[in-house]
Amino acid sequence: MNYPIPTGTRDILPDEMRELRQLSSVLLQTFQRFGYGEVSTPTMEYEDVLVQGDERAAGASYRLFDEHGQVLALRSDMTIPIARLAATRFAGVEPPFRFCYLSHAYRAVRPQRGQQREFLQAGIELIGADAPEGTVEVLEVLTAALDAGGLPRARVGLGDAGMFTGLLRGMGVAPAGSKAVLEALARHDLVELERLVAGLDVASQRRETLVALPQLRGGPEVIERAVEIGGEDVRAAISRLGEVADRLSERGIADRVIFDLGLVRDLGYYTGAIFEVYDPALGHVIGGGGRYDGLLARFGHAYPACGFALYVERMHVAQAEEDRLRAEGGR
Amino acid sequence: VSEPLRLAVPGGSLFGETLDLLDRIGVDSAPLRSDSRSLMFPGEEVTVVTMRPSDVPTYVEAGAVDLGITGKDVLMEQQERVVYELLDLGYGRCRMVVATRAGNPFADDLERRLGAIRIATKYPRVAARYFDQSGRQAEVIEVKGSVELAPLSGLADGIVDLTATGRTLEENDLEVREVIADCTARLVANRVAHKMRHEAIERIVERIGNGAR
Repeated sequence: MNYPIPTGTRDILPDEMRELRQLSSVLLQTFQRFGYGEVSTPTMEYEDVLVQGDERAAGASYRLFDEHGQVLALRSDMTIPIARLAATRFAGVEPPFRFCYLSHAYRAVRPQRGQQREFLQAGIELIGADAPEGTVEVLEVLTAALDAGGLPRARVGLGDAGMFTGLLRGMGVAPAGSKAVLEALARHDLVELERLVAGLDVASQRRETLVALPQLRGGPEVIERAVEIGGEDVRAAISRLGEVADRLSERGIADRVIFDLGLVRDLGYYTGAIFEVYDPALGHVIGGGGRYDGLLARFGHAYPACGFALYVERMHVAQAEEDRLRAEGGR
Repeated sequence: VSEPLRLAVPGGSLFGETLDLLDRIGVDSAPLRSDSRSLMFPGEEVTVVTMRPSDVPTYVEAGAVDLGITGKDVLMEQQERVVYELLDLGYGRCRMVVATRAGNPFADDLERRLGAIRIATKYPRVAARYFDQSGRQAEVIEVKGSVELAPLSGLADGIVDLTATGRTLEENDLEVREVIADCTARLVANRVAHKMRHEAIERIVERIGNGAR
């Protein structure tokens, strides 16, 4: 190859591009059908504005200087830019706001892992609608988008970002101990989690809760099971999930959701419900999202908010894999 | 539609005890014991796939298999792989150690005089991380074959390697200076399968937990 392009970037040729375009438009049409208006923001933003939203600038990896020496960062997702947009362009307008987007975002890759530096995201942000109603609306749009995108077997993992932090705080665990436990949980290293928890100065019943809870996942029955295991310690977080579960059943989409009490996402701004999107044909996550009730306040407006992003290229891979499986008549 | 779970089984030193474990949890290991040429062994509940231990995290992360068994040493070296570590299986116990020539009075002296120690290893990332975390400088040299040769021939001052009984080290006139970690066989799962196939995976985990460990 004489004229290389950066690792983690791709040229897209007509056959693939046609399918990607088709997928992108059905996703946008679905979002718009639910009343979400498409917006676009600059690919690069002032770094200190992104940092306003999240200390790590949502994990932005690429920075450059403009001609005045200001530090610019390539966006790593659309959530912070849209929070900024809502806070500045819609100041004085009564929420809720419903926005959708189809945009590239940029993240660092680890060498030789086939990861993409530049990837296409399609998603929505619902700003100014509280849990549980707002969460359920976002999940409804998400499942509709997965159906429209030809992935009826896809499922949404649903957890609560605040559960373990609250649990550890309630048990009086020191911040240093909490941090190690949360890190093991984020890696889903249950062996390390068990080892760390064994060293915590809490009652043995509570130690069992900390180990058993993150292994709970499945249908709405895990919500009852979590209360049996965790009792009073988990009641607040569990009742948040329970309220969402009830409304999902009412709307007939409860079977698209896997309740997952071990779900932890590594982005700093999530507060309540968090999502991950899976398709059985693909070993990688195809999307994610959640509630970020504190983010808009960082831009001067204390609005609750919730959203998701789907990785369009990965959805396309999942579509192709689903087609292959169908052709082969199952794996 | 309940397809069998795919389980990656490591060849090499963990192979025998892994087959014993399969028998205890009701997965017939006889085909694996009698046929050393096939790589995939279909079953009703579990399809077993055999591979090198160091390939297990790759297959599990990509979702080509749902579950895998491999050593903690492999997981430590491939720390960036996103796999869920579900169980410590308890067997294949060994230690990741720093070893130098036995009674070598020069090792500390060299580290002091040269500011860095030369370490040969098959685990370059584990070694680099360990010395980094302990605030010391090391020149890490990756070798593929018998790592004991490196200090004997003067390629390196010491090695970072896995030892079970310590006999190979002894035979090569090496002694353990520091223990980096205790390693055992671990059960790991693909992130998506862990959710989408949670019932099937939980059944396996429970069976292993119920006295099979």
